[in-house]
Amino acid sequence: MNAQVIGPESRPAIMRGFRLQWEAAQNAQVLLFPEGMIKLNGSAGEIMKRCDGARTIAEITADLERAFATAGLLDDVVRFVEMAVGKQWLRITP
Amino acid sequence: MSTPLTESAPASAAEPAAALASKPGPPLWLLLELTYRCPLHCAFCYNPTNYAQSGPELDTGDWIRVLREARALGAVQLGLSGGEPLMREDLEEIVAEAHSLGFYSNLITSGVGLTETRIKALKESGLDHIQLSFQDSSRQMNDFLSSTRTFELKSKVAALIKQYDYPMVLNVVLHRLNIDHVEEILQMALRLGADYVELANTQYYGWAWHNREQLLPSRAQVQRAEETMQRFRETLSEPMRIFFVVPDYFERRPKACMNGLGSIFLTIAPDGTALPCHAARMLPDLTFPNVRSAGVAEIWYDSASFNHFRGDGWMKEPCRSCPEKARDFGGCRCQAYLLTGDAANADPVCDLSPHHHLVTEAVARAEVPASSQPAHAERPLVFRSDLNSATLFSDKSGA
Repeated sequence: MNAQVIGPESRPAIMRGFRLQWEAAQNAQVLLFPEGMIKLNGSAGEIMKRCDGARTIAEITADLERAFATAGLLDDVVRFVEMAVGKQWLRITP
Repeated sequence: MSTPLTESAPASAAEPAAALASKPGPPLWLLLELTYRCPLHCAFCYNPTNYAQSGPELDTGDWIRVLREARALGAVQLGLSGGEPLMREDLEEIVAEAHSLGFYSNLITSGVGLTETRIKALKESGLDHIQLSFQDSSRQMNDFLSSTRTFELKSKVAALIKQYDYPMVLNVVLHRLNIDHVEEILQMALRLGADYVELANTQYYGWAWHNREQLLPSRAQVQRAEETMQRFRETLSEPMRIFFVVPDYFERRPKACMNGLGSIFLTIAPDGTALPCHAARMLPDLTFPNVRSAGVAEIWYDSASFNHFRGDGWMKEPCRSCPEKARDFGGCRCQAYLLTGDAANADPVCDLSPHHHLVTEAVARAEVPASSQPAHAERPLVFRSDLNSATLFSDKSGA
């Protein structure tokens, strides 16, 4: 599982047993998992909430670029997904 | 139970935890100790040794009110612990309420009482995760350390946890009598299909404090265990994560205990006493509020005992002027009190503490093989039991 190549066609999903939810008290998306939690910053939260296991990184990126009226986010999204997969917050669906 | 694992995200993905903030944030982490009743009798339990003198347990309605009030403040991680929380027949009802409020719920259990009927009901109630404790990898040692015959039962419970598609966290408390079995413990965890393994070195509070001389491993044992764990981790082909909770007696800096008292953790003891840490009831001169007579918001933000150790005004030297105080908050208040008699002293684990010798002397005593220790070789382990709690430890501290 360490040798996984992550690219535009990969479909990331939240790790089994983990939950992403909006926490008003923290004004942030928070990732909840066994005995731990991570408060995500704005861009990490926007990426994570689109990781539904169905959409590809390319589709997630296009959606983000539309939502924030910007371009050229693909490398940032791939890098974030690589980091999050390494930390086992995300998994890549087959 | 061990200290919960609050990972901090890398700078690119998360904001730093507020350190020594003037206004406290919300109690993000709520631990409900639903009961002190427990079918096990572990000699390293952190429950107070005088738990038998604790008042009546909160009823279902009280626990549900606590959940609602804490959630309204922003609490989101929920630990359901004890004692053995499965001793409460209303556990499913409490879990269902927690789930509907949006908590992420963790059941911290010995597995005793976790039948298929109950795990099915807990799943349907929305329980998110189960942490199962083992005392050792062998039936003989597991059963000795818990003073019960529970090894086979725990193995069956582990299979049920997998069957009901829960992430499985195995927790094994390490000490002198089982730390040499780390390899076997990790093999057992693999066999059981654990997703996470916590190798939690004993923290010396409650019953563990009473039994410290028998439980503290030697430095060589700790080093071997850590090397074994590292080797095992490197050869692992399956996605099992291993956490090694470092034994702080062997460190030179203290742990950032509870991220500072009153910063993110709120514990409610079985009788409704609200505590900034599950061991804090031992701290002298503080009267902790009770949820029977005060609301959670008032307790968290306004009570004198929760405000007492916030910020750094309470600190003495060497902490007060120490550049590291924002990182470790002076360590653990309970450990400072147990070892030095003053909860405001630096945690003696820190080698800048004038009391550090109290830790190094305890470690030095652990270097001597048990066979040549006349003083405590004679002294048996005292297992946690109602009788021992009621008869041996009538002192107020319960430490």
